[in-house]
Amino acid sequence: MIRLGVDVGGTNTDAVLIEGKNILATTKQATTDDIQTGIVNAITKVVKSSRIKMTNIDYCMIGTTQFTNAFVQRQELNSVAIIRLGLPAAAALPPLSGWQNELKDAFEHKTYMLQGGHHFDGKVNSDLNEMQLDEAIQDILLEGYPAVTICSIFSPINQDFELLVENKIKQVAPHIRLSLSHQIGRVGLMERENSAIMNASLACLADKVVNAFENSLSSLGVTAPLYITQNDGTLMSADAVRKYPVMTFASGPTNSMRGAAFLSGLKDAIVADIGGTTTDIGMLQDGFPRESSVHVDIGGVRTNFRMPDIIALGLGGGSIIDPLSNFSIGPQSVGYKLLQQGKSFGGTHLTTTDIAIKRNYIQITGSEPNNVSLTEQTLKKIENNIDALLVSGLDQIKTSSAEVPLILVGGGHCIIKNTPKGISKMISPKHAEVANAIGASIGQVAGEIEHFFEYQTQPREECIAQAKQMAIDKAIIAGAIASTVSILDIQEIPLSYVKGQATRIKVKATGQLF
Amino acid sequence: MIKLTPANLEDYARGAALLGAGGGGDPYIGRLLAEQAITQYGLPEIISVDELDDNATVISIAMIGAPTVLVEKACSGDDLDLLIKEMSRQLGKKVDALMPIEIGGVNSCLPIVAAVRTGLPLVNCDGMGRAFPCLEMVTFNVYGESISPVVMTDEHGNAVTINTASAKKAENFARSVLSEMGLSGMISCYPMKGSQLKKWAVKDTMTCALHIGEAIKEGRQQDNAVKTLVNRLNETQYYTNAQILVDGKVIDVFRETRDGFSFGHCVVEPFDGEENVTLTFQNEFIAAEKNGQYIATVPDIIAVIDRENAEPITAETLRFGQRVNVLAMDVPSVMRTEKALGVFGPQCFGLGCDYKRLTKVDQ
Repeated sequence: MIRLGVDVGGTNTDAVLIEGKNILATTKQATTDDIQTGIVNAITKVVKSSRIKMTNIDYCMIGTTQFTNAFVQRQELNSVAIIRLGLPAAAALPPLSGWQNELKDAFEHKTYMLQGGHHFDGKVNSDLNEMQLDEAIQDILLEGYPAVTICSIFSPINQDFELLVENKIKQVAPHIRLSLSHQIGRVGLMERENSAIMNASLACLADKVVNAFENSLSSLGVTAPLYITQNDGTLMSADAVRKYPVMTFASGPTNSMRGAAFLSGLKDAIVADIGGTTTDIGMLQDGFPRESSVHVDIGGVRTNFRMPDIIALGLGGGSIIDPLSNFSIGPQSVGYKLLQQGKSFGGTHLTTTDIAIKRNYIQITGSEPNNVSLTEQTLKKIENNIDALLVSGLDQIKTSSAEVPLILVGGGHCIIKNTPKGISKMISPKHAEVANAIGASIGQVAGEIEHFFEYQTQPREECIAQAKQMAIDKAIIAGAIASTVSILDIQEIPLSYVKGQATRIKVKATGQLF
Repeated sequence: MIKLTPANLEDYARGAALLGAGGGGDPYIGRLLAEQAITQYGLPEIISVDELDDNATVISIAMIGAPTVLVEKACSGDDLDLLIKEMSRQLGKKVDALMPIEIGGVNSCLPIVAAVRTGLPLVNCDGMGRAFPCLEMVTFNVYGESISPVVMTDEHGNAVTINTASAKKAENFARSVLSEMGLSGMISCYPMKGSQLKKWAVKDTMTCALHIGEAIKEGRQQDNAVKTLVNRLNETQYYTNAQILVDGKVIDVFRETRDGFSFGHCVVEPFDGEENVTLTFQNEFIAAEKNGQYIATVPDIIAVIDRENAEPITAETLRFGQRVNVLAMDVPSVMRTEKALGVFGPQCFGLGCDYKRLTKVDQ
């Protein structure tokens, strides 16, 4: 079985072909403005060098940052109708509270605050008002909104109201794109609603991008089904991305980490993805990136997506070393102009890669190590500075003082040679430079649930067993082969300030797509 | 008198988060609510305690319950209006002004929402100068003022009144009412007369919160946030003896939940090679220990901040590897009398020690 993995980054479009555990071919091509050409170039290259036929590809996976970029740059956002089901609760906090005006002005929107919503335990807090609802839907149809957000209070616990409204709208207007908050975010009304609104505003772009992906593949004669990676490292179908483009946010670092796990065979380790300008450091737990426990701001909007817990450092292969400030490293970088501006290549900037070349950690055609003339003492100092910067990031991501392995990936990984403090062993596996495309090609799907239990009325073990089963069922619905599904993570969050041992249980199950 | 506007609410909320001493709930929702209310209804009128008529009726406004529920249900606004109306009915008097009961955390912002909705002035004071986990841990209770009547409301127009002589008992009743309200509700307690507030309120704490937040912002612009913050604290009338107990890295965090509270400890390893400092928390930070000796305890404020940008870090969000400064500072003097220590001194939190005031240090 042959998989094609593609990562569409801001600078490069990488592609890999993998058969089982064997990597058949890899390539790094420039990302093009139209996206499609870059993808076609990269796929043509790997298919050619591995000498297979386009029709031999069984699965095709793409990772992309286009939706994140579109939202952050406020481009190509469509108009959105926002339905909140919650009154009388949260009336003092209408949708879009806390959004910057420039962002609110970037897309047309109208808000409908209606009755509805549940309690933390899933009981109805306030009933739907059918008449109110019908009026709102009529108005939305009249105004011709292409996308609608539906968000009900405590919908991650009880989805009934959001589903009911979805049905109602589908019956009269099947063409309208619906974003249901419980399918996107977690407990935390504003953050979840924000995520759903973001998603709805990307509905038209989602069609365009997914079409571009599909056209690239069909123009090459690739017949394999297309999947797109989401922020937790699992896959979504192309159709799911049309519905939930927002789920692809931050899939880039996740793919690198998943790729690092695949290449190294390690499941619990720190991953440092060293690019040209920055290093993303994350923690692998059982083969998956550890999630962030804090809120994530995207384009100035607070969300509560499943996001990998990433520390970004201004350290990369192109980072400029400043001799005037004690040979400090970055954050300025020559970026993709390394091969012109780096000292070893006749440029004027001393970069971290120049040091690696001088030390003979890496050989690059066209480089001249003797362009760099520094004393041994200075070289040592620079290397210490690089190491100290890396260690500060490693420390922030570690969960305990115990030593853990470190996997180095990314185009700039050659700049690190010494095993840092607190690290048991350091690995830079073969193909580390295309770890993200490899990560994209790993076929895992997930099911995640979040539910409140009361341990006083139901024994804890029973509650956890019930929660696990709910997550497993959800993974199977997502396409996982039942026999491969296992529990990845269980979190119990007791509700402090409250008696009665009310506890929120979060469970995530994952399984193989193939 | 200070002005709270959409432009400085973030500073105010950040200052209040610091005074939350690691607890008090996530002030983000509070800030959003206040921002929204001010945009809709206009700026709050803020007055000082001394301006109050001795017979003026002032009531406190707060939310109570699980922070995880507050982030879904927030507040309806009507629940706050009802709270004021019902308290007025119980007292048989009209309400003249509102106040925060605790300046730390989310409850620093809720009274702003109520004030701008009703047009009632907001009194620049609170009942502790920080945040504490229980209803009885308030100066008014310490000095013999009654907590009753206590009014609780929810978004459905339900109002429950509790009348009891004991603040501790009121706390227990309130928790039971909460479970029927879906684990979050609005609460008003310790209705005060102007003359009582003049005696027992911790005055001008809203100003303190704003100034503390502004200091953090200014410090960030000059790249010395921590130092600017500590200096500003020492210039306030209450939070003197502000000092950095340790500059280091979090190397251990332990949490457990018992009896509706979050208990735990955290160890900070200093960068200068000195002894580790261990912090104990019960929702809020209650003690700091070094070499087996307490170096700071309740009721003094212990806070953890980011060592670079001085962002307050709550006990809930403490993580291994964070590079932090642990701050300790005086609590207002009315909060550390013998009577006060009997309600929220070290022994009330199960610490086996007597309260010792922080000593002045040159930093």
